[in-house]
Amino acid sequence: MSSRAAPGGRRFQRPLTRTETWVTLLALIWLPLVAYVMFRPALGPAAPYLLLPAGPAVIVTYIMAVRRWHESRIALIGVTLVGFWLLVAVTVPYLPIADPNKPLVPLVPPATIRQGMLFVLGSDVRGRDILSRTLWGCQRVLVWGITATAVAYGVGAGFGLVGGYLGGWWDELVSFVGNIFLSFPVMVLFILVLDVLGPSGFNIILAVTCSSAPIIMRIVRGLALDARSRDYIQAAQTRGEHPLWIMLVELLPNVRGPLIVDACLRLGYTTVAITTLTFLGLGLQPPDPDWGLMIKEAAPAALLWKYSYMLIVPSLAVSSLILGFNFTADGLREMSQRD
Amino acid sequence: MSVSYASRNGDIPAVVDFSLTLRRGEAHGLVGESGCGKSTVALAIMRFLGTAGRVVGGEILFHGRDLLTMTGAQLRRIRGAAIAMIYQEPMSSLNPSMTVGAQLIEVPLCREGVRRREADARARQMLERVRLADAGRIMRSYPHQLSGGQQQRIVIAMALLSNPEILLLDEPTTALDVTVEAGIVDLIRSISAEFGTAMLYISHNLGLVRETCDRITVMYSGEAVEVGPIAAVFRGMRHPYTRGLFAAIPTLGTDKTTHPLAAIPGTLPSPRARPPGCVFGPRCTSFVAGRCDTNPVALRGIGPADDAEAADRHASRCLRIGEIDWTAPVTAAAGRPAPVFGEVVLEVRDLTKHYRRVVANDGLTFDARQGETVAIVGESGCGKSTFARILMGLVEATSGSIELAGLELSRRPVTRRSRATIRSLQMIFQNPFDTLNPSRSVGSQIARVIRKCGGERNEARIQERMFELLDLVKLPRDVAGRRPRQLSGGQKQRVGVARAFAGKPAVVVADEPLSALDVSVQAAVTELLIDIQRQEGTTLLFISHDLSVVRYVSDRVVVMYLGQIMEQGRTADVFAPPYHPYTEALLAAIPIADQRFVKRKVLLTGEIPSASDPPPGCRFFTRCSHRITGTCDVSAPPVQQFAAEHRIACHLPRTHLLAMQPIFEGRDTTS
Repeated sequence: MSSRAAPGGRRFQRPLTRTETWVTLLALIWLPLVAYVMFRPALGPAAPYLLLPAGPAVIVTYIMAVRRWHESRIALIGVTLVGFWLLVAVTVPYLPIADPNKPLVPLVPPATIRQGMLFVLGSDVRGRDILSRTLWGCQRVLVWGITATAVAYGVGAGFGLVGGYLGGWWDELVSFVGNIFLSFPVMVLFILVLDVLGPSGFNIILAVTCSSAPIIMRIVRGLALDARSRDYIQAAQTRGEHPLWIMLVELLPNVRGPLIVDACLRLGYTTVAITTLTFLGLGLQPPDPDWGLMIKEAAPAALLWKYSYMLIVPSLAVSSLILGFNFTADGLREMSQRD
Repeated sequence: MSVSYASRNGDIPAVVDFSLTLRRGEAHGLVGESGCGKSTVALAIMRFLGTAGRVVGGEILFHGRDLLTMTGAQLRRIRGAAIAMIYQEPMSSLNPSMTVGAQLIEVPLCREGVRRREADARARQMLERVRLADAGRIMRSYPHQLSGGQQQRIVIAMALLSNPEILLLDEPTTALDVTVEAGIVDLIRSISAEFGTAMLYISHNLGLVRETCDRITVMYSGEAVEVGPIAAVFRGMRHPYTRGLFAAIPTLGTDKTTHPLAAIPGTLPSPRARPPGCVFGPRCTSFVAGRCDTNPVALRGIGPADDAEAADRHASRCLRIGEIDWTAPVTAAAGRPAPVFGEVVLEVRDLTKHYRRVVANDGLTFDARQGETVAIVGESGCGKSTFARILMGLVEATSGSIELAGLELSRRPVTRRSRATIRSLQMIFQNPFDTLNPSRSVGSQIARVIRKCGGERNEARIQERMFELLDLVKLPRDVAGRRPRQLSGGQKQRVGVARAFAGKPAVVVADEPLSALDVSVQAAVTELLIDIQRQEGTTLLFISHDLSVVRYVSDRVVVMYLGQIMEQGRTADVFAPPYHPYTEALLAAIPIADQRFVKRKVLLTGEIPSASDPPPGCRFFTRCSHRITGTCDVSAPPVQQFAAEHRIACHLPRTHLLAMQPIFEGRDTTS
């Protein structure tokens, strides 16, 4: 992982940096998780084994994150919350809990034994175990939320770089289209997209991209405008580099600091958006467990104080995840300002 | 007095055992390279050290009262009123959302509670005293509507309004152009005479300190290494560091062929790891092991005035004051052979560039030969960087031509140039902290140029060439694996040089490559640049505003003002009469650190006009001290030919130009 040059070797060109270790670990967690959640039917009998390596990877990533950010308490809290939900997401198929979709005993209060089974967080109107549904639910929120944010980032950063670096006519066009998207209230945009194209996970990604990408585009455009006048960019221009190389290799890595912070915050927004959409019945469809869905289904019953746990448990889950993202962002910003 | 900064890894001593006495009406210069603690001294006097800084020892007495034991309320009465500070950047010292007048009036209003009318009158009066004409208009303007020189004058006026006893000036002219700087320096000098204010003048420029101050303190690594009256220190310096600084700056006595600059070897020690004994020991040529590295060295008086409290005490922190031969010249390398020039490689003809209404370049015509260094000199806004951008193909010229080895380039952007053309034209950039991509290793950035411009495909050979280049710029090979942030400014600039020479270019454009570097580093990079240029036979276009460096580095000089060439010729011809009036003013603005020369005073009036609305006729006539009304403001000046290739664009009669007195004259130093 060290970047020291070994004379005679080729390591000076591509030392295995910390960044690459991070990318490898995240890919190890992310790809199986995405495959498991989005394409489970296609996987067939291999599905249960897919998530096995992701568990240790989450733990290693968590340890690395703690070692790197131990100076900021707030980042530690954030990373711990996010790390917990990630760990749950990759290990939930192996946990000894009830089937989240199987009706057992309806309306069991928390911490009660019924029919020889312990309902730690009780059961819902249809008799499904709330603990199991909450833990399974985090998979969908995490996978769709993070994927949607990542896609929005790809699109937004791409257009932002084009607008900010190339400038001129490109900038006018990109900014104009971005402004049109920004002029819609976010909810209207969501409802429009999901109503026209029908509710599904992929359309959620599209909806989130439509609402977030223009904002990301503006951030990246501003950063690129600032970085464009740097001498190292001019040096690349004077040696005749292709604009794509300059944008992706010379420019993008040097504006990553503020972008990472914004990405953490945006993950929080996206989680809220997805949960809201499912709550409105526009997002992911039943019966698979999902926090927004759980809140929606619990809403009528929770009018009675006795059944309010059905609402409180998934709400706390959503809040803790969003809080985790926001704390991480705050901590990263704090540390970036320190040095 | 000692100051430490607290950090996560314990205290960092920034200033150690520093003493300074400032008398009424005295100007004291504080000189040293970046990181030596000179700004910390000023901040400690103001007690503005922030949350991390702390004065850990000693006392700061102001009229016998210790500033360190004062309460916040007592301090507030002294800060601003009795001790005022002026910072480097005038723009950030002024509130951009208030008019200048409102900001000036605030001072007497808050400090003395006078009536508004009187405060207004005092502000106007003060603006006149800092020589700002048209006080009424300036009072109504916002800071951004004024030029840098005007802003700095306003900051000075604001500081003087409270009639302070001590004025702390932290590099007040560094952000300004040379001719503007000369005006401010002149003003500062007259302030101490007129107001009787004591001044602490912090600067990295020895020449400026010599021109403004009565006494000087040279700082190195948090210690005052030499203290004394200006004349005594400049005539007979008694510390190896001071002597090293003098040998590192290009003065009128240096010359790249016969008297090269001597850089101080090594680098400034980290404040955490100061060497034992003499802090300068590891870099000193007169170092004696066992003596200089045992006990901390105290300041010792020199000569008969060995009384520590004497007003004109000259003292040095060197153990071997009596042993070193101070008259021996510091010679680094022997001289170089005189340069040999080849064919003309770069031909610029009538090059013009308009940005809408702004005329950035107007009819530039000059040549550069193989192996020659051509300097393009001028103040900000003169169009020298625009020319570099046209040459590099980043912008297209409006008209005219640039021919590089017979190939027309003025309207061919870099994307449409052939690989060979791109390779033969490379650039060194100004800001060392900006010239390298911070997220890629040094080695990979040099290798990229070799791959791109050298046309090399074999990875082993690319790496071999990369290591050769690092050797060429005298950097250790293990720098290749490091990130730019792990390098010092000088090292980064060396990498910038290595990168520019990677493709064996025919022409290298260096845009102010030295201006952001410290004096001793500057000397090392300058020598390196000249050596590599000689070795490779490269043509160097050296863009700079610093005439003393230009005089040292270049073979030919092109002087530009507002997009036009005022004068061009061989360096020796340009630096001797006949001068263009603008060159004359530029030369007179060079701060001279060499006691053996005296300088004639030429002060320019007014500010550089905006390039979007250049004056008719001769561009320079608004500020020229020789202007002929009715001629200069009507028609463009003719180009007059003097010595071979020495051309001056001026209306003045030939006889008048030829009768000009030289700006510098040697004087007898025996007195």
